[in-house]
Amino acid sequence: MGISIAFWVLAIVGVVAALAVVLLRDVFRSALSLVLCFLAVAGIYITLSADFLAVVQILIYVGAISVLIILAVMLTREIQRGSPSNRLQIPALIVALIFLGGVVFAVLNTPWAVSSAPPLEPTTSTLAGLLFGGGGFILPVEIAPLLLLAAVLGAIALVREK
Amino acid sequence: MAIGLGHYLILSAVLFSIGLYGALAKRNAIVILMSIELMLNAVNIALVAFSRYIVPVLLTGQVFTIFVMVVAAAEAAVGLAIIISIYRYRETIDVTKINLMKW
Repeated sequence: MGISIAFWVLAIVGVVAALAVVLLRDVFRSALSLVLCFLAVAGIYITLSADFLAVVQILIYVGAISVLIILAVMLTREIQRGSPSNRLQIPALIVALIFLGGVVFAVLNTPWAVSSAPPLEPTTSTLAGLLFGGGGFILPVEIAPLLLLAAVLGAIALVREK
Repeated sequence: MAIGLGHYLILSAVLFSIGLYGALAKRNAIVILMSIELMLNAVNIALVAFSRYIVPVLLTGQVFTIFVMVVAAAEAAVGLAIIISIYRYRETIDVTKINLMKW
């Protein structure tokens, strides 16, 4: 019962914040609604008993990515001009609605093999075993730092003053 | 009514559609990047929901979510660096005016 209430509150907050991101004209306010949407998604992770992911979501998205986005908004003086739509507004709306209809139809008509086992809690030690243990995901874990290093070097090279 | 897998998947689809609309219909490059982050978050919700309801003890979906977050962080850093670099040379981030490579 408590999970249901939490889910509905978080879902409504998340969807309203996401709508505010794409509908508000002020870029700075849409960045702040994006932060609210990230927080609602972190709460959704908690209702799915993914405690580690909820903390990581708050640290990375709310802490780091939102700061990057707000900094970029402030560096590019487009706040006065707002975020108008281009002339693809109606086709984009149609594409999004068709996609939504298709996915909802597929979700409602698929017999999911839902397991009745209770969720693991806490998840951190199992995740660590999967990520760093043998036979798990050790190769992607080794590749991810390379990607991050390349991204950091690329970002520095792009914005460096000549 | 108990909350099930379908609720989470439909929430994820709604968030993804909002992000898709924003990515297709907006002019400001930063708002487009924010919409892409919204879409990545929607995918993460779907992955964690599948992990919770289909394989509750394996947590494979949560591992995938961690990798999606890594790629999203790298994408945000490089994307915003590109936007700031374009702004420095062309004084605009309106994607309808950045058409140097359009034939």
